[in-house]
Amino acid sequence: MFSFLTPAVPEIFMAISAMVLLLAGVFREKDSTNILSWLTVAVMAVAAFLILNMKGSGTAFNDLFVVNAFTSFAKVLTLIGAGLTLLLINSWAHSENAARFELPIIVLFSTIGMMMMISANDLIALYLGIELQSLPLYVLAAYRRDNVRSTEAGVKYFVLGALASGMLLYGSSLVYGFGGTTTFDGLATAIKGGPDSLGIIIGVVFVIAGLAFKVSAAPFHMWTPDVYEGAPTPITAFFSVAPKVAALCLFLRVLVGPFASMIEQWQQVIVLISILSMLWGSVAAITQKSIKRLMAYSSIGHVGYALIGLAVGNEEGARGLLFYLLIYVFMNVGTFAVIMSMRVKGKYVEQISDLAGLAKHNPLMAAALAALMFSMAGIPPLAGFLGKFYIFVAAVNAGFVPLAVVGLLASVIGAFYYIRIIKLVYFDEATVQFDKPGLLTGTLMGASSILMLVYFVYPAQLVSGAETAAKALFLG
Amino acid sequence: MGNFLSHSPILSIITFLPLVGALIILAIGGKPEVVAKQARIIALWTTLITFLFSLVIWIYFEPGTAAFQFEERFDWLPQYKIGYHMGVDGISMLFVILSTFLMPICILASWDSIEKMVREYMISFLILETMMVGMFCAMDMVLFYVFFEGVLIPMFLIIGVWGGGRRVYSAFKFFLYTLTGSVLLLVALLAMYFQVGTTDIPALTQANFPREMQYWLWLGMFASFAVKVPMWPVHTWLPDAHVDAPTAGSVILAGVLLKMGGYGFLRFSLPMLPEASAYFTPMVYALSVIAVIYTSLVALVQEDMKKLIAYSSVAHMGYVTMGVFAANQQAVEGAIFQMLSHGVVSAALFLCVGVIYDRLHTREISRYGGLVNNMPKYAFAFMVFMLASVGLPGTAGFVGEFLVLTGTFQVSSTTSLLAASGVVLGAAYMLYLYRRVVYGELTKDDVKAMVDLEPREIAIFAPIIIVTMWMGVYPMSFLGIMNQSVAELVAGYHAALKNSADIAPLGSQLFAWLR
Repeated sequence: MFSFLTPAVPEIFMAISAMVLLLAGVFREKDSTNILSWLTVAVMAVAAFLILNMKGSGTAFNDLFVVNAFTSFAKVLTLIGAGLTLLLINSWAHSENAARFELPIIVLFSTIGMMMMISANDLIALYLGIELQSLPLYVLAAYRRDNVRSTEAGVKYFVLGALASGMLLYGSSLVYGFGGTTTFDGLATAIKGGPDSLGIIIGVVFVIAGLAFKVSAAPFHMWTPDVYEGAPTPITAFFSVAPKVAALCLFLRVLVGPFASMIEQWQQVIVLISILSMLWGSVAAITQKSIKRLMAYSSIGHVGYALIGLAVGNEEGARGLLFYLLIYVFMNVGTFAVIMSMRVKGKYVEQISDLAGLAKHNPLMAAALAALMFSMAGIPPLAGFLGKFYIFVAAVNAGFVPLAVVGLLASVIGAFYYIRIIKLVYFDEATVQFDKPGLLTGTLMGASSILMLVYFVYPAQLVSGAETAAKALFLG
Repeated sequence: MGNFLSHSPILSIITFLPLVGALIILAIGGKPEVVAKQARIIALWTTLITFLFSLVIWIYFEPGTAAFQFEERFDWLPQYKIGYHMGVDGISMLFVILSTFLMPICILASWDSIEKMVREYMISFLILETMMVGMFCAMDMVLFYVFFEGVLIPMFLIIGVWGGGRRVYSAFKFFLYTLTGSVLLLVALLAMYFQVGTTDIPALTQANFPREMQYWLWLGMFASFAVKVPMWPVHTWLPDAHVDAPTAGSVILAGVLLKMGGYGFLRFSLPMLPEASAYFTPMVYALSVIAVIYTSLVALVQEDMKKLIAYSSVAHMGYVTMGVFAANQQAVEGAIFQMLSHGVVSAALFLCVGVIYDRLHTREISRYGGLVNNMPKYAFAFMVFMLASVGLPGTAGFVGEFLVLTGTFQVSSTTSLLAASGVVLGAAYMLYLYRRVVYGELTKDDVKAMVDLEPREIAIFAPIIIVTMWMGVYPMSFLGIMNQSVAELVAGYHAALKNSADIAPLGSQLFAWLR
């Protein structure tokens, strides 16, 4: 009798679990952050399992919610990112005496929002998903409420996020006003022969601006460095992975779904955003001193590359984008595990110069960081190269050769600051000595750097996963 | 090919054996001194065994055919029809041997001079060998690119960690220069892939690209290969990289990495883009002649030995690019031979510098003098390589330069004439270097105290001297192998041009008076 809910079972399961866990946390007298974190990860794993076992496509809630191979791929990827970073958050919270049992639950709620975003099939569902995702993120950014920078990050994120939501809503209202409906399918039919009025184009541009803010693409990236720097490190890791994946997949769904016939209009906007992000992400990173700010600019740059796949606007582009995200998630989790291990006598340090001479006193951590940095720079035979390769394959095939050239040259500029880190690690003399990395961070950085290295041997399987997802997206 | 090797993965074994060695070195534990000692020994054995394996392909190589041999083919990314495809022909096989030949020598040369992070050093070198050999064996464009770029990582670390002087600056310059060129190559490769629908090199060689497109593709490739060769005016990274790299790093840089550019021209530009190659030939001639004359003059005034040899490398590689684009049998064979002989001789010259650098820790030419008195064995070895570099008949250097000049003369006598002046200049700067370092009065006390070659160093130089003389006296053992492959390359190139006689080479009016 509840068969109409079947497509949303994983989300419903997550929502119910979140509330149960919240109650459990309230009623337990001792601090239960650790057990709740692990339970949350288990919930995410079960959700991922449920998603993977879902066959075919379907809709729920009167077509507000859609599932297909594309949403499954995106959701599993988001869950992986969220789950791994939640483990980092948990270990951080205990070492910093910042354990509160709400922490994993806030992450879980935000993740449910991401699931909803990915599956949104209506502008209203899209907005609800984004807000459900964003509000917990603002809370997370300001999690250290006794710390000025953390609260500042939270406020900044909130104010600018609210502005972006406003733009998104305004754009949606224009689209609704001129298109006559809010459902994706309805919009696709309404503007089949191309947009017949300027209003809908303006609406779409506003929607794009709102989404570009969420994925932190230039010129809507201003909040990123400050929030990344101010928020506690593992929470920054979470910001850089899960919401990025969800928002980019949503971006893709919105543009190639309801607005597919307006490709000529939005394509130029995306190309511009992509070029700006790649260039600004590379250039501005060069002068950074804090590793977290550097990662902020690095993620802006990576979003720029991923957006090339969106700008291309065909199946191949979507495949490139998904594959890029897949590699990006593991690359970022690994790098943040390294950043989490930058501790001197129990205190976290986050200056890039603190990495100097790491190779002398911790060769394994240095090697892992080197593999991750070369991968970020896109040097073969590391996985990051494959990610870029697919993006550029799509771009060149669709005739976007100048875009590909700009992207590749930006990647050379980007390579400069990545290899600068390797220079510090290997060429320079040590100034400080880090503590031994913990078991969890050690495992994560080791596993992800090994993944970067061996990805190349047999990438076919993962590519075909992204391919199935991209196909489903374009089937409807 | 009826032998048992035709279906065995011999090329993959040669390519990935060093990687296995690197993993073994990674696994050894214990005290730092023990690890260092073990790492040296394992690296030496790995490279020696790899060299022996590579001799197997030489023995079983069928010289009578231009076809690719010892082919291996696996699906890698079937969706994109990108495969793991390995194979060698008469052109690439010799470069594989060159790489595996120089590797044990490099390990021996770094035996005592590398003291810090020995394990990482040896791992870097072994990974470097995998990348180099893989690049020469790759028969798939994407695979080629992966190895081609992959070389950057270990080389960057070798220069940056174990180098001297401005090592950080040089490592960055090397990395960014080469990477910039390479990404343009990548765009060209992708564009070619979509034109033809495959990344298989033999299939691409058969494909015809529209002429307008060829020009752009050619320039994209040129950006990459010209930096690697390096051609004037993008050679400026080379002197820096050479000066600041450790001795073995310089050896590999001069011996193998520079050849990647020349090999790229032979494997991609010429056969795949014949019309564009014909169009841009005058430009290549001009740049080559400038490289030969200008960098020879620059070499003449150098105070630093490594810098002098680095500039001489640029000059010698000028012959290579000239010969490749002269595109007849002699010139192309000469270009390949020149690459091989330069690979051996300049590598040996860097080793010669390394020997005295290890003793006195300076590369300044004026700090030496009169070495013939206290280091006669060294003086002899240095002399052989100096003369080979000059191009004395009977040494390796002569054959390549002679063939290139003869071949080019048939196409453009002016170019050949101008380039020939480089031979004279080459003799000038090398003899001048030799006179200042080896001859003269032995006056300085610290120079007097220098001891002659030790057995390890003799073991390094002896095989190179033998090869240098062998290449000079009986070049047929090398030319015979490349003969068929070069013949097919040249024939294919001219056949492709026959249908398009209307190409007016770049600046043909300007260069008309040169002909």
